[in-house]
Amino acid sequence: MINEAPANLWLMIIALAASAYLLKMFGLVVLGSRQIPKVFDRCLGLIPAALLSALVLKDTFSVGQSLIFDARVAGFAVAVVAAWRRAPLIVVVVLAASATALLRAI
Amino acid sequence: MSETRRVVVSSLTLSAAVGIFALSFGVASVSAGASVWQTCALSLFVFTGASQFSAMSVVGAGGSMLAAYGGAVLLAARNLVYGLALSSSAKSVAGNLPRRLFAAHFVIDETTALALAESSPKLRKIAFWTTGIGLFSFWNLGTLIGALAGSAIDPQKFGLDIAFPAAFIVMLMPHLRSKLGRQAAMLGGALCLISISFLPVGVPILLAASAVLVGVRNDQ
Repeated sequence: MINEAPANLWLMIIALAASAYLLKMFGLVVLGSRQIPKVFDRCLGLIPAALLSALVLKDTFSVGQSLIFDARVAGFAVAVVAAWRRAPLIVVVVLAASATALLRAI
Repeated sequence: MSETRRVVVSSLTLSAAVGIFALSFGVASVSAGASVWQTCALSLFVFTGASQFSAMSVVGAGGSMLAAYGGAVLLAARNLVYGLALSSSAKSVAGNLPRRLFAAHFVIDETTALALAESSPKLRKIAFWTTGIGLFSFWNLGTLIGALAGSAIDPQKFGLDIAFPAAFIVMLMPHLRSKLGRQAAMLGGALCLISISFLPVGVPILLAASAVLVGVRNDQ
């Protein structure tokens, strides 16, 4: 759960909103059709792969700073299989949540 | 079916589908401890999905606001590339400067993909704006409904703490199609797992970003 005051969360939201807008605007309006180096372009394109994979593992196997193996692992496994088979997101989330909830209930 | 109609229909279909994503964001965000208002503000003003998910995932795990912000901004950085890709047709898509400044808010994965899929300036413009406005509407409606639903139930009992990773897995899949994508994902994941027990919560996600450097040496 959240460790800081709700006001801090508001500050983060405002800072993030401003930054996200500036990034979008900078490419579209300021830089124009200037070319950026290929290697830079490729590395930016890899950010989601690196971060999303880290986020999945953090959310499945950790609580705070501890590595933990619990009912979420069942949901994780189900989600991987469902997403691999190209199930729609809502199906992936419902199946994963059901697997985790079921394991907690028994 | 006319060309215009084809573009409008595909834009709106995609927008509605993305609304489902927003639903799970709403649920997961309030489960992580944000209020309904804060959750809606994220969708209204940040309006770039993966960053919103990432920020609340880190905050919900007890991470600092700075770590949450850092990861989310890194994920938002690709919108800069989308803006660049769109900028060659920016004038025809958005018109004069004030309208381009307004259009910037809608520069995200889906609007870029659908606009650049069209070859004529007229259809690009239609694709950009119907996807932008349509997706913005469904995204925020979905977020509100999800946030209200999520605050009415016990997230642990319904296994909703798995909603974040499940959504991340779906977002990750297309990136695993390329070899470089798989390498970045594996290295990023490994860096995160290795550092979780000694770095402050959320910082392993920032460390994982260094995995993009596999793109430097691998010239293909």
